[in-house]
Amino acid sequence: MTHLVVVGASLAGLRAVEAVRRDGFDGEVTLVGAEEHLPYDRPPLSKEYLSAEECPDPRYREEETFAGDLDVELVLGTPASELDTTARTVTVGERTLSYDGLVIATGAHARALPGTEGIEGVHTVRTLDDAIALRAALRGGARRLTVVGAGFIGSEVAAVGRTLGLEVTILEALETPLARAVGERMGRALTHLHRRHGTEVRTGVAVEEVLAENGRVTGVRLGDGSRVDSDVLVVGIGARPATDWLEGSGLTIDDGVVADETLAAAPGVYVAGDIARWPNALFSDVAGGTMRLEHWTSAADQGGRAARHAVDPSSAKPYETVPYFWSDWYDGRVQFVGIAAGDHVEVVAGDDAEGGPFTAIYRAGDRIVGALAVDMPAEVMKYRRLIGGRKTWDDALELAEQRRQQREAKKAQQGAST
Amino acid sequence: MKINVDWDRCTGMGMCESLAPDVFEVDDDGSLIVHAEEVPEGMESDVREAVAACPTEALSLEGE
Repeated sequence: MTHLVVVGASLAGLRAVEAVRRDGFDGEVTLVGAEEHLPYDRPPLSKEYLSAEECPDPRYREEETFAGDLDVELVLGTPASELDTTARTVTVGERTLSYDGLVIATGAHARALPGTEGIEGVHTVRTLDDAIALRAALRGGARRLTVVGAGFIGSEVAAVGRTLGLEVTILEALETPLARAVGERMGRALTHLHRRHGTEVRTGVAVEEVLAENGRVTGVRLGDGSRVDSDVLVVGIGARPATDWLEGSGLTIDDGVVADETLAAAPGVYVAGDIARWPNALFSDVAGGTMRLEHWTSAADQGGRAARHAVDPSSAKPYETVPYFWSDWYDGRVQFVGIAAGDHVEVVAGDDAEGGPFTAIYRAGDRIVGALAVDMPAEVMKYRRLIGGRKTWDDALELAEQRRQQREAKKAQQGAST
Repeated sequence: MKINVDWDRCTGMGMCESLAPDVFEVDDDGSLIVHAEEVPEGMESDVREAVAACPTEALSLEGE
């Protein structure tokens, strides 16, 4: 193994090059990124990057770190356009890079609303450039923000809008927001959080047309003919894996790049991050098939794994994980571990009727498979261990009872000391 | 090995607790409690994983 090429210079790509260097890999390493920017931290872009008075620097590392400590050649500003798995080459602009091991971590693109290209005031949030533009729009005297899509990104932007004092409306096509991510009941519980903070949430509505005057957005027209006036329109309707450049490469593309349990998509080719679709053995008994995650945690984790496997395929081991994501809404935090599959959800702490604080756990068969907490930061990680250890539902209920007693004892203690 | 926490960066996400629960714990108010200043014997690899998994890069090890 002499040359590792990593395509995709976001979190997974960064973790890939760092992991092999930390292990002492002394071959050549090249990191290819479509954007001009050095690898940067994406989660803040839909949160504090938009709301903070001072814009924090989102870059993970300085340029010198790549040239110096990491000894990584950066090829930034041009997307990879072709992969040849037989010749083992990647085409980037005019260059052809030969690889011995390859990590593909090209992420995903934000989905746009058709027909909105070039309309001023219509935004998506995926890249740093997107966030810079949206930040300026939200802070530039806009009064009304409309968010299309009540997913996590849309919800975070809506919360920022309220924090900045804008009138905010969320439009969601589904009857229950986030049903796929957290289930029906919990999707409703999270919707309460918005309403509690004065964000209007309209569900089961279709956006028929984006309205504009002189090239600037003025609002949207809905399926029932009504209109929602708006100065800024944010489209948060999900992301599409960036696999276009892999057409014809021979890799299996099916809503992501399909890989085996070691993240291998072809000999010497491994995948990581938002594009990776692989069988997560931890849940094979309750949710068969493959999964693809768009979470910070899995991108970080898979980046390192994929690169280690790419430089030494004989060491490749199955990768299994308990998914984890968080989302910051208003002054609170939503955290989820595991998967929302299953046949039963139980609220084990707090009350979900008004949107929290609460903790809920998810059951599939005899196992605990997921946990959701709103504004109860001490809870989900305790369940994450149970989920990873394939523990039973009874084990989870026992932990819930233990936690209840601990919280009560603490409350009594605090009461006694005041 | 000494465990360092950059308290300006830590937001109490809890990844560290899920990987090394004997060393890290998130309190009810979201603040991080570190139960050991030095990495306890036998827990080196768990703590290393916890450090690497921190989404805000708030954790580091000294004297590796």
